[in-house]
Amino acid sequence: MRDRTLWTWHIGAGVVILVLLGLHMAIMHLDATLGIFGTPGAEPVEWESVVLRAQSLFFTVTYVLLLGAALYHGLYGLRNILLELNPGATLRRTINVGLSVFGLALFAFGTWAALAAPGAAMAMGG
Amino acid sequence: MQSRGHPNRLGIRGWVGGGRWGFERYLYTLHRLTGLGLLAYFVMHIFVTSARALGPESWEQTMDVVSGPLFALGEYLVFAAFAFHAVNGIRLAVIELGFAVGRPIEPVYPYATSVGRQRRLARAVVMIAAVIALWGGLDFFVLQ
Amino acid sequence: MAGPSLKQVTFHLRRYEPGKDREPRWEDHRIEVAPGMTVLDGLWKVKELSAPSLAWRSSCRMGICGSCGMLINGRPRLACNTQIAELKSDVVAVGPLPNFSIIKDLVPDLEPMFEAHRELMPYLLRADTPEQDDPTGEYWQTPHELERYLQFSYCIKCGCCMAACPTVATDPQYAGPMPLGQAHRYNSDTRDAGFGRRREVLSGGSGPWRCHFAGECSQVCPKGVDPAKAIQLMKQDLVFDLLRLRRRRPPAAVAEAPHGTMREDIPAAPARTVTKP
Repeated sequence: MRDRTLWTWHIGAGVVILVLLGLHMAIMHLDATLGIFGTPGAEPVEWESVVLRAQSLFFTVTYVLLLGAALYHGLYGLRNILLELNPGATLRRTINVGLSVFGLALFAFGTWAALAAPGAAMAMGG
Repeated sequence: MQSRGHPNRLGIRGWVGGGRWGFERYLYTLHRLTGLGLLAYFVMHIFVTSARALGPESWEQTMDVVSGPLFALGEYLVFAAFAFHAVNGIRLAVIELGFAVGRPIEPVYPYATSVGRQRRLARAVVMIAAVIALWGGLDFFVLQ
Repeated sequence: MAGPSLKQVTFHLRRYEPGKDREPRWEDHRIEVAPGMTVLDGLWKVKELSAPSLAWRSSCRMGICGSCGMLINGRPRLACNTQIAELKSDVVAVGPLPNFSIIKDLVPDLEPMFEAHRELMPYLLRADTPEQDDPTGEYWQTPHELERYLQFSYCIKCGCCMAACPTVATDPQYAGPMPLGQAHRYNSDTRDAGFGRRREVLSGGSGPWRCHFAGECSQVCPKGVDPAKAIQLMKQDLVFDLLRLRRRRPPAAVAEAPHGTMREDIPAAPARTVTKP
C-alpha cells in the first residue's frame, strides 16, 4: 500500500506549496510590482519586515505548514530519483530511513526557528 | 530477476534522451533538474533564515553573507526554477490524476494519443513559466 | 520496360555474437532498395546477400504479431511497419530494443517484461470459477463498457514502449508501460472483478508511481494503444480508491438464454404477396 499513499501525499503537498510558496515568492521577489503584505518603506528582507512577519500568527502558521509540505514534497522527489537508479536492498532501506530522519530533523529545526523568532524579536526590542 | 544476454539498459542517458524524443520528454528532464535545484536551495535556505531566531545582529550578518551579485543571480535562478517547476507541476498533477488525457478511443491511424491531447497545455505551461520568470527578472534586476 | 527505381542504402547493424564478442559492434552492409521496401525486407536482403548469420525476430510481416520491435534510426519501431523511404536517410541504423538484454544481434530478451506482465494477472479474475471453467453463456457487456478498455486491448506486446520509457531505462523494479497498461485494460473491463488483487501489486514500488508522463511510450506505440493514457487513468482509479471515492460495481453477469413460455403478443406473419407459378 505504501507507494500509492506516499504519492497521493506528494501531490497534496504540491498543491499546498503552490499556494504558500507562490505567496512567499510574491512577497519576497515581486514586491516592487505587487507590494502585497509588505512593510511600507522597508525591503522584505530587512529586519523590520522580518519582525513584522514573526509577530503575525498567520505568517508563523503558514511558514511551518510550508516547511513541512516542502520538505515532504522535495525529499519524496529525491527518494524517487534515487530509487529509480536501482540500489540494492540495504541501500534502499538506508535511503528510506535516512531521508525520513533528515526530513524530520530539518522540520524540527525549522519549526524552532519560526517559533523562537517572535520571542527573540520582542526580547531584542527590534 | 536475472536476464540472460548482454546488458542493454540505457541508464541515466535514458532520462536525458537522444535528440529524437518528444517535447514532453524534455519537460520531464527539466522538471527533475529544477526539483533537485530547488531542494538543494531549500535546505540551505532553512539554515540561512533560521538566523532570525538569534536576533537582529545575527540576521544582518547572515544577510551580508548572502548579498552580492552572485547570490542575486542564484536567487533569480531559484525563482525561475520555481516558476517552471510550479506551473509544470500543475500540469503533471492534472494529467497524472487522469484528467486532460482524454477518454479511451478507437485507435485510427494516424493515432491521436494523450500526448497530443495535452500538447496545448504543455505549450501553455512553458509560456506561462517564461512570463512569470520574466516578471521576476523585472523585479530582481530592473526595479530594485 | 523500366523496372522500379533502385537506390543504394547502407544498413548500419548492431551485431553481437554471445561467446565470441565482448561488446556489441556496428557493421555496415550496402544493398539496393526499391520503393515500398520495409526495414524488414531490407534485413532479409542483407541476410541473403552479405550477413548470413544475422539474427532477429519477425513473423507476420504485417504489424500484428509484435515480434520485430527494433531501434531503427534512434526510435523503437516495428521493422515490418517501417518503410525505408519514410526514414528519409541513406543510412538505416538498426539495433536491438534498448532496456532489454541482448541475446544475439537484434534479438532482445523480453522475459523481464513478460514476467512483470504475469505478475499483474492479465486475465479475467472472477469469483465464479465453475462458470469460467465450464461456461453456460457469455457475459453481458454494452458497447459503452467495451469502449472503456478496447483501445488498450490492441496491445501486441512488442516492447517498443518499454524501450522508449525513461524509467524503464534505469529501474528494473518498475513494471513498465506494457504491463501497467494491460493491468488497466483488465481493471476497466466490466467482466473482471480482480481490481483488489491487482491493487496489491500496483500499490507498491513496481506500480505506476514511477511514471512521470514523459509520453514516449504512447508516441512510439505502433498500434495506438496509448499506454500513457492507460497509466494516468489507472492512477486516478487507484487514488480514488485510496480516498474511497471509487465506484464499486459487481462484475458483469452471465447472459442467460431466454426460457419459459413463448410471448403471446407476437403478431402473425402477413399474407404472402408472391404466389407460386
